[in-house]
Amino acid sequence: MSSPVFDYAPAPESRAVVDIAPSYGLFIGGAMRDPVDGGGFLSISPSTEEVLTEVAEAGPADVDAAVIAARTAYAKTWSKMPGRERGKYLFRLARLIQERARELAVLETLDNGKPIRETRDVDVPLAAAHFFYHAGWADKLAFAGLGANPRPHGVAGQVIPWNFPLLMLAWKVAPALATGNTVVLKPAETTPLTALAFAELCQQADLPAGVVNIVTGAGETGRLLVEHPDVDKVAFTGSTEVGRLIARAVAGTPKKATLELGGKAANIVFDDAPIDQAVEGIVRGVFFNQGHVCCAGTRLLVQESVVEEVIASLKRRLGTLRLGDPMDKNTDIGAINSAIQLERIQTMSDIGEAEGATRWSPACTLPERGYWFPPTVFTNVAQTHRIAREEIFGPVLSVLTFRTPDEALAKANNTPFGLSAGVWTEKGSRILWMAQRLRAGVVWANTFNHFDPASPFGGYKESGYGREGGRHGLSAYLVPDETVGGGA
Amino acid sequence: MAREEIRKTYKLFIGGAFPRSESGRSYRVTDSSGAFVANAAQASRKDVRDAVVAARAAFPGWSAAAAYNRGQVLYRVAEMMEGRREQFVAEVARSEGLTRRQAFAAVDAAVDRWVWYAGWSDKIAHVDGAANPVAGPFFNFSVPEPTGVVAVVAPQASSLLGLVSVAAPAVVTGCTVVVLASERRPLPAVTLAEVVATSDVPPGVVNLLTGAVPELAPWLASHADVNGIDLTGVDDPSLAADLEAAAAQTITRVRRRDPEEDLGAVPGLGRMRAWLEVKTVWHPVGT
Repeated sequence: MSSPVFDYAPAPESRAVVDIAPSYGLFIGGAMRDPVDGGGFLSISPSTEEVLTEVAEAGPADVDAAVIAARTAYAKTWSKMPGRERGKYLFRLARLIQERARELAVLETLDNGKPIRETRDVDVPLAAAHFFYHAGWADKLAFAGLGANPRPHGVAGQVIPWNFPLLMLAWKVAPALATGNTVVLKPAETTPLTALAFAELCQQADLPAGVVNIVTGAGETGRLLVEHPDVDKVAFTGSTEVGRLIARAVAGTPKKATLELGGKAANIVFDDAPIDQAVEGIVRGVFFNQGHVCCAGTRLLVQESVVEEVIASLKRRLGTLRLGDPMDKNTDIGAINSAIQLERIQTMSDIGEAEGATRWSPACTLPERGYWFPPTVFTNVAQTHRIAREEIFGPVLSVLTFRTPDEALAKANNTPFGLSAGVWTEKGSRILWMAQRLRAGVVWANTFNHFDPASPFGGYKESGYGREGGRHGLSAYLVPDETVGGGA
Repeated sequence: MAREEIRKTYKLFIGGAFPRSESGRSYRVTDSSGAFVANAAQASRKDVRDAVVAARAAFPGWSAAAAYNRGQVLYRVAEMMEGRREQFVAEVARSEGLTRRQAFAAVDAAVDRWVWYAGWSDKIAHVDGAANPVAGPFFNFSVPEPTGVVAVVAPQASSLLGLVSVAAPAVVTGCTVVVLASERRPLPAVTLAEVVATSDVPPGVVNLLTGAVPELAPWLASHADVNGIDLTGVDDPSLAADLEAAAAQTITRVRRRDPEEDLGAVPGLGRMRAWLEVKTVWHPVGT
């Protein structure tokens, strides 16, 4: 990056806390097993291209075995266990994540490429918090607003993305278990390691065999899981493209699905906003986690009167970000998760230039090995440009302008997505006016990209359906009891 | 000499107006014994699209109306229905082959259903919203919001009570609807549209089409500006699966037909929640 005022000495986190095996099997029925079909693939550290380990690729027989294990555990153990006892296992898992937090953070950073500062301070603590929060629900489901006796679906098939591997696991597994479902989870093929570490936590927690099963693999394994006839509930986080396939796959079946898909969030800065705070929010909104965030604030809408000031301040701030070794505690921007994703970001950025937008990145030296992309800002962007319409899933910001609140709102809502939005203004009534009218599932006002297990998360329109977190998230894993009591 | 009655022309209801189908088509509607009753308009793909446009246009105003206001409008529908009970009873009895007594029960339940949902307009946010205790200096709350335009395939057997039971829960929260009436029993629905038209319901909030479900429902399911589709009135499972698959293309929310559902029973929250989004707002707390 451009020379910061002070040079920082390297401050690498030690990787001695992790012990990665040369190969991993599948976690089925409480034990690690080799895949029946014998396939495997390599997991690579995206910051160095170092091969970390070989991971099993679950085929049809493996997915079937995992679903059978989950069904058996559901029928024999988990559905019969009182919520009070189920909750204790979730509490244990929360504590185990906390106890092994450093190890999980290092593992995640090695496997995903995101900075250790983020895995240490965001991913892992939030994953523990999700288990702790949902643990307390397990014996209180009658008070969740879903009737006196809401029922679990049965076996949940869950497919999660690579951007927050352990955290997405927690978002999926914790509510499923708290509500009495059993789980077959497929982590993303580029980031399976923390899920496999979680398998070991399940063993340490003495979680009954088959309550959680983890099958590693790529898209085909995910398809096998989603289409398995004995899966009752499908939960997916990932691209809208795959979300459509899943919605189609469950059509005509009794399966329930919740989908958390893509986004193209507007981050709206009014002229009365405190510019420095807004710039911090813009940076947090789109450069957090290398922009690999479905709710990233990738469309910056700035009121015309302050656009020059905001852009100048933003460029100045981006010049101080440190890109490089994700294991270094001073690093702000880590590696792009995979070669494929890097290529997509490069392609979309080239399209942005070709369509006439102006591209800028801070002076920045990219490491020689690994997958890297500098923070990038496009100005002179029109609403019709592909970089203003399509999800890029990388550290690329498109800047547009507006004059009036009505115009800001119209531009913000002019997207098939509806996952999140940001508003920056000192005027309280305007915040609420905007928040009421933005068609998005999460609105961050004078902040951005905060998450909490108590806060429902999920999208409008083509960003998916269903919520994760909070009381609302429970309904994704329960069949409501619609019986109306009393003389209604 | 006996006076000859004035017979009614049964038309579509789109954007507050009563057009015939743009296709110029109509189809024979018979009573439960097969005798001719009337010709109903047979809506076309173009009528579907016009109805969706009307529903979309009505959505910003209706969804932004005060909950108290929406509640009063729904209650007004009940008031207007009450005054036309005799007409509804005659049409429901003839359509469904009910006795007068049974038809009265169905009509009364339909009127009461509007009243039940009218009262929910300013209570659903209490029950379905939340203040969320997040671990940080933030004020965080969640509110239910209407998902947008909802296409409703109304139940085939219960021509009036069934229709009200599926349309009212969408409309009360601020959604706008395109309702496909019972294909063989569409006449009470058309009369209900006349009630809606005189009940302060803004034009386009409720749109009603009559015609063939297999012809029209696919256009509703695949329409990119439809946010949700209710398949309650789709009796053919393979058509229902095709509609759900078509809806997948734009991540349209789908409510499947539940053969166990008793539309005569006191409803739960499920039919309102099916068409609600949850919006969560964060704001920092500080001095």
